[in-house]
Amino acid sequence: MAKHVAARKAEAIETGLKGERGGLRAADLDRLIHERVRLGIVSALAVNDALSFNQLKALLKTTDGNLSVHARRLEDAQYITCTKSFEGRIPKTEYRLTGAGRRALERYLDHMEALIHATRHG
Amino acid sequence: MVAPKPLHDRALDNLRFIRQTMERAGSFTAVPGWGQVAVGVTALVAAFLAARQATPELWLATWLGEAVVALAIGGSAMVRKAYAVHDPILSGPGRRFGLGFLPPMIVGGLLTVALYRAGQSHALPGTWLSLYGAGFVTGGAFSVRIVPVMGICFMVVGAAALFGPAAWGNALMAVGFGGLHIVFGMIIARRYGG
Repeated sequence: MAKHVAARKAEAIETGLKGERGGLRAADLDRLIHERVRLGIVSALAVNDALSFNQLKALLKTTDGNLSVHARRLEDAQYITCTKSFEGRIPKTEYRLTGAGRRALERYLDHMEALIHATRHG
Repeated sequence: MVAPKPLHDRALDNLRFIRQTMERAGSFTAVPGWGQVAVGVTALVAAFLAARQATPELWLATWLGEAVVALAIGGSAMVRKAYAVHDPILSGPGRRFGLGFLPPMIVGGLLTVALYRAGQSHALPGTWLSLYGAGFVTGGAFSVRIVPVMGICFMVVGAAALFGPAAWGNALMAVGFGGLHIVFGMIIARRYGG
């Protein structure tokens, strides 16, 4: 329980941080890719032209359902695109990162770096 | 009550997660770890047999035989690994690796013929090891760091074979094609999906 409260408190601090330091605003954090599975999908696609559903599932060590849900949220935000095709008789789902997704990841990286910088020098 | 993790640490964790995911993702590497281990074992057997051959021709034939076996093992392991993740072998990581890996192998084949004809068979171990390493460095430029690192190790062993005494040639082949394949193959297999 105490652990839960502490985690909540940290979350509240993070979301509520108004960074006067270097213009940092943790509240601006892109919540969509802050979640681990979604962050993993976007990061993996950033270094590959495309990855299949099975590749992402193996890479992120997650379940079909979990991956589907998170990939759909990224698709809805137009951070990734999904292409369904057949390879022989086997259906294949392939994901690619869009320009918006790449920019979102770059913003997220900048944000994390700024957060580190702010807490070091704050 | 447990103290909340500082923001700084959480941001670092997130950055570390992104980097590790990118490293692993780049590694849907076509390079099959267990295949490398198997190639290493057959190379040790080949080194043992080659050392017992009476003529340079038989020594060369032994290693060329090993090259065919290694190609078959490596190729089939690569295809199996690609199939396991439904990765098309002719596109994606496999293709990227192949495009970088093949040119040094072709040059290696040409130099093998040229050096053998010139009676310079003693230069073959160094040439093979160096070019094989160069293939992993160039092919692995698009893969996880361990692949080009393995290539550099092959090049170092190759340099030792080129500039060391000719008598070291077969032993360095065992160290490179046997030892390095087994060590790096196990690391790749354990960390990068087989």
